[in-house]
Amino acid sequence: MTSTVSMTVNGKQVSAECEGRTLLVQYLREKLALTGTHVGCDTSQCGACVVHVDGISVKSCTLLAHQAEGADVVTIEGLADGDTLHPMQEAFRENHALQCGFCTPGMVMSAIDMVNRHDTLDEKTVRHQLEGNLCRCTGYHNIVKAILAAHPVMKGAA
Amino acid sequence: MPEGGIGASVKRKEDFRFLTGRGNYTDDEVRAGQLYAHMLRSPHGHAALGSIDISKAAAAPGVVCVLTGADADADGIGGLPCGWGITSKDGSPMAEPKWPIIAQGKARYVGEVVAAVIAETAEQAADAAELVEIGYQALDAAAVTETAHLDGTPQIHDEAPNNLCFDWDFPAPEAADAVDAAFRAAAHTARLQLVNQRIIPHSMEPRAAVAEYDKGDEKLTLYCTAQAAHAMRLLLGAFVLNQPEHKFRVVAPDVGGGFGSKVAPYAEYAIICWASRRLERPVRWLGERAECFVTDAHGRDHVTEVELALDGDGRFTGLRVNTVANMGAYLSAFAPLIPTYLYATLFAGQYTTPAICCNVKAVFTNTSPVDALRGAGRPEATYLLERVIDEAAQATGIDPVEIRRRNFIAADAFPYQTPVALLYDSGAYERALDIALERADWSGFGARKSASEADGKMRGIGIAAPIEATGAAPSAIAGQLGARAGLYESAQVRFNATGTVTVFAGTHNHGQGHETTFAQLVTDKLGVPLENVEVVEGDTDRAVMGMGTYGSRSLSVGGSAIDRAMDKIIDKGKKIASHLLEASVDDIEFDSGTFTVSGTDRTIGIGEVAFAAYVPHNYPLEELEPGLDEQAFFDPVNFNFPFASYVCEVEIDPETGTVSVERFTAVDDVGNIVNPMIVEGQVHGGLAHGIGQALMEGAVFDETGQPLTGSLMDYTLPRADTVPSFDLDHTVTPCPMNPLGAKGVGEIGAIGAPPAAVNAIVDALRPLGVNHVDMPVTSQSVWQAIQSAKAS
Repeated sequence: MTSTVSMTVNGKQVSAECEGRTLLVQYLREKLALTGTHVGCDTSQCGACVVHVDGISVKSCTLLAHQAEGADVVTIEGLADGDTLHPMQEAFRENHALQCGFCTPGMVMSAIDMVNRHDTLDEKTVRHQLEGNLCRCTGYHNIVKAILAAHPVMKGAA
Repeated sequence: MPEGGIGASVKRKEDFRFLTGRGNYTDDEVRAGQLYAHMLRSPHGHAALGSIDISKAAAAPGVVCVLTGADADADGIGGLPCGWGITSKDGSPMAEPKWPIIAQGKARYVGEVVAAVIAETAEQAADAAELVEIGYQALDAAAVTETAHLDGTPQIHDEAPNNLCFDWDFPAPEAADAVDAAFRAAAHTARLQLVNQRIIPHSMEPRAAVAEYDKGDEKLTLYCTAQAAHAMRLLLGAFVLNQPEHKFRVVAPDVGGGFGSKVAPYAEYAIICWASRRLERPVRWLGERAECFVTDAHGRDHVTEVELALDGDGRFTGLRVNTVANMGAYLSAFAPLIPTYLYATLFAGQYTTPAICCNVKAVFTNTSPVDALRGAGRPEATYLLERVIDEAAQATGIDPVEIRRRNFIAADAFPYQTPVALLYDSGAYERALDIALERADWSGFGARKSASEADGKMRGIGIAAPIEATGAAPSAIAGQLGARAGLYESAQVRFNATGTVTVFAGTHNHGQGHETTFAQLVTDKLGVPLENVEVVEGDTDRAVMGMGTYGSRSLSVGGSAIDRAMDKIIDKGKKIASHLLEASVDDIEFDSGTFTVSGTDRTIGIGEVAFAAYVPHNYPLEELEPGLDEQAFFDPVNFNFPFASYVCEVEIDPETGTVSVERFTAVDDVGNIVNPMIVEGQVHGGLAHGIGQALMEGAVFDETGQPLTGSLMDYTLPRADTVPSFDLDHTVTPCPMNPLGAKGVGEIGAIGAPPAAVNAIVDALRPLGVNHVDMPVTSQSVWQAIQSAKAS
């Protein structure tokens, strides 16, 4: 049985028919063709599917699409302004914080939320806060560097 | 010269796509009319398959068909092939039982496909799979590596008595005599019993595939998570599907990490190709993480006894290794190679040990098949060697640094023939060690240890000096050793008419940054701006046949092929320029994108030459074909030999056994470096992988073959808060065997980090009388080691 689910995604009003068991990540990927959000584990362990729901980072494999009815959702596709990257995206590029790119969307979304929630950040805090996002390529070294580099830029721009 | 040539830390060309959600991974490929496959998998480690009743599933909503092993046989579908053959010490070929794409007669590991359901939606396929009725008769299992070959153990394959795949001696029978003599004459010996535990690859992108058969031209297209598209096509087409190569296109689009696990052909890919051909509709499959846990080829899984003989001066005189290596239930594509020629050939390490011998027994067990995983054989070799050296340091009373120095192959001794087949081309080991010790403040360790002790903690420091053989491989030598494929690499460098360049390469980029690094080669040599170079990989219809990316081979072998193709471009360009500049071809020089008549100021840019080649109005057509598009293959004459010195420092809380990596210093020598930023990233990733193996990761099966670490809640992967930041440096000893002077970098971290970490932990625990702790060294195992030591 399907029913209509409507929400705002990356500033646009969207709606699509989906089953009750449809996850938010499936809604984004399969109904809206927003394939930047990835499914890495399906047990809420890896964080490749992190998006922002009403401004807060959420693992979109852990939320039913119906639970996001009426919500304001931002995905990795909604960050850059044309060719101008969001400061966190730019910091990832500048610091070689991505290799295969698969965990990257979730990492970036988690990292932005982390910066939003912290007036100051140090390495230990970043590492602890990143605990919900797995990366197998980078050893996290450059991801941590990138987040620490983006923090003052984002705070300065605010 | 445009910016961004060799040596520049250019930001990656591929990053914009990945950072903005525009990556194109296999599961992003959508096809009109596509069907979804769900694999029904054996829940038993070892079971006879009685009746299989698919009738209810076949009648379920949305189901298009249900496929079984019998259907595969009826359609003439072959088993998954093995790409390497090993000969046992008695001259017999290895046991090579058929690996059916869907189990036939028996299921031999948890996760083996027993039926495939194809339906209109993923949910319908999954729902219907629950309606397939299989009369399993559970059988006793052989699931333990060290006992699988013993009499009385349940038999897995009729073709492999005692579950033995092969029983292999290396390098030759007489080597054992020399080693025996070394032990008889030894002043000191050291011995360890080690487990190099099984680990699971865990690329963040699950394996996935989309197959589309076009009846109109009888052509099959497979999009899949592959590291080697041409090899995938060759193996699946020729051995499994009977699909001719010219009617079979394999595309590996963006791939989210591989680490070796995406090289082999897999049953699911064959099943959806076959289903698509039968149904004449696209069929897709996406692995869930739980499926990847049991079906992505696992790595390592050795049980080893290692013994080292030394003379009175602490010089290594003989090394003896006996290993039982677990192959899992079937032979994955390169499984037999890993505990043999990728393993025993590394036993010399960075040292002059004159006599080395080993025996490897490879066994089948009721566990997931094992294959290449980051390092593949070389981590196992390096671990046993660097561990037993620390044990020898203890036996001789010589400092671990000093004992390594005494045994290093000297920098002026190259080329150096090891007793285990490899001819090392270059090396400068002591220099890397010196830099590592300096950066790690080795001499200041005592003060840090005292500080830890004052805080109630224990502290240890360990070193490892890994070497590996990368850049597979000289095809002829590989063929003599059992390879069933060539191991060259290919490249095509195409100037477009307007002066931009497209590079087609047989390698594949799944995180290594080829789109940037390979473009840098072109910018450096041909003077074409970086943004005007595009690298195309992973499509058998576009790139020339190459062997793919694994074993840290892409730059040294694939990059060398690109370099060769560019040489041909320059040669042809000179001929065109000589015509345009009205000079003898012998007088034309090329540098930084410009052809010059020697000794004059008459020049022409390579872009203009390319234009003339495609718009040949003023062109020597009677002597030269139009176009500027050259292809080259590179088959290396030898492997290359990256090396490193790593220093790891740990702190242990004796109350909990918790190990914290406080410092990690890595000095690597990977030859000439094209992009230092990317090289450092490769080292970081390898080190984290190695620390993961040392401290956290381990696949555990019970005695029935049931996996006990089947989710990310049971299997511990390194996370940001469980690995340290790394202090990196490098030396540059160019490889003399390829035109770039490059060596591999993708695996060395995973090879060297485990022994460095375990040596550090054992150093911390040694005052308690502990001389070894098996990996993964968890807080539990450390705590138990401390309690046992206290009790004795």
